[in-house]
Amino acid sequence: MSEESKPGWKSIPMAGVLLEPGSAMKYKTGDWRAFRPIIDEEKCINCLLCWIYCPDGAVIREEKKVSINYEYCKGCGICANECPVKAITMVEEKR
Amino acid sequence: MSKILGLTGDGAVAYAVKQCNVDVVAAYPITPQTLIVEEFSEYVHNGEVHTEFVCVESEHSAMSACVGASLTGARVFTATASQGLALMHEILYIASSLRCPIVMGVVNRTLSAPINIHCDHSDMMGSRDCGWIQIYVENAQEAYDWVLQAFRIAEDPDVLLPVTVNLDAFILSHSLEGVKVLDDAEVEKFVSTRKPVLRVDPDKPITVGALCLTDFFFETKRQHVEAMNNSPKTISRVNNEFAELTGRRYDFIETFGMDDAEAAIICLGSTAGTAKAVAKSMRSKGKKVGVIKPWVYRPFPAKQIVEAIENLKALAVLDRACSIGAPYGPLCSDITATLYREGIKLGVFNVIYGLGGRDMTPFNIETVFNETLEVAKTGVVKEPLKFVGVRE
Repeated sequence: MSEESKPGWKSIPMAGVLLEPGSAMKYKTGDWRAFRPIIDEEKCINCLLCWIYCPDGAVIREEKKVSINYEYCKGCGICANECPVKAITMVEEKR
Repeated sequence: MSKILGLTGDGAVAYAVKQCNVDVVAAYPITPQTLIVEEFSEYVHNGEVHTEFVCVESEHSAMSACVGASLTGARVFTATASQGLALMHEILYIASSLRCPIVMGVVNRTLSAPINIHCDHSDMMGSRDCGWIQIYVENAQEAYDWVLQAFRIAEDPDVLLPVTVNLDAFILSHSLEGVKVLDDAEVEKFVSTRKPVLRVDPDKPITVGALCLTDFFFETKRQHVEAMNNSPKTISRVNNEFAELTGRRYDFIETFGMDDAEAAIICLGSTAGTAKAVAKSMRSKGKKVGVIKPWVYRPFPAKQIVEAIENLKALAVLDRACSIGAPYGPLCSDITATLYREGIKLGVFNVIYGLGGRDMTPFNIETVFNETLEVAKTGVVKEPLKFVGVRE
């Protein structure tokens, strides 16, 4: 969101209070990312270490593989670092 | 029906709090505020109040507990002084920024070093910009009266800001005075109960104190400013209702002899009492002198002060705190900024006095008045910042 499209001081709740639970879901942090993790499904052994280590819960565990939720992945690269079979590569984001 | 009780300044504060149906008091004792919490804890022990009294290990914890309690919608009070207020400093900002309508008695004592337990305003002035409404009182009666009004002002949905009621160490805190007190039922009707706007409630969860970065922090501060800007309306309304109830009329400032005064003193707290007595005696000898005493220091009563000085030629601003390295003490900085903004040309000089409890005697005040009259006559300020009562 650009600064102009955000609500002003007259229309936000008092004192920075968040009125509904779970509102962090609305804060899409994917656009913080400078490097995008790409999973090579051929190499992936589905060990789930990336799923365990991801600090943002942005690794999605599916039946026989994992994928990345790019709406929230900040591109920290921990998954790529931890992957024992080097199935994850960090590719620079081109915006 | 009102009755008169012999109360110290601290006792008057404790008595007022006892009558206000306060839910939570979290406090840590520090001279010369100790009597407030000591006397209040007796009320708790005797079952005279329903208050949850939280004994904490420091003032930092006291204010933290007050913030937590206030966020649940409770009516909250605490009291401190000097180093205690300094230790609270970071939580003072959190209390006001989270819009917790806490009322706090501050018994103004200097800050170390050297260690000293006596009066000056350096403690509150050190936390001047914490975003709280700040009241200064002249005597125990005013301390009692303003504590009752403070809960109403703080808890008003248009304001929701914490309030400090400042009283001078020992001069007020430990001096016995006849204080007119209201019946419990009258106070209960006047202060009613707190009606929280937002509160922490398990059945309707909200998040308070979440991280707020470059994109929203500035907006919350702007809201805080607006709350302070809204407060004068509420303060006036509460003053009016209090006057109807008690016959004692409060305002943003009190003036004495200002209708025809050519030279005046403006000062906070108990010194105003001495200044009025000296002014009275000087006026009986034909000297046109007056006194301005701000009761409300934040929000700064610029409008009322400008009205009061309309016919004035010279003003001595008395500061019982020293802003070392600044052009003036805190009150004088506010006054000169106000005068500049309004385009008013007035002979102003700043008197730093009474640090560490040094007495400001009637003789000292008469000397200041005479110097102010001289400025009024000549239009020349020889010494813009001077120290009165210090040995050379």
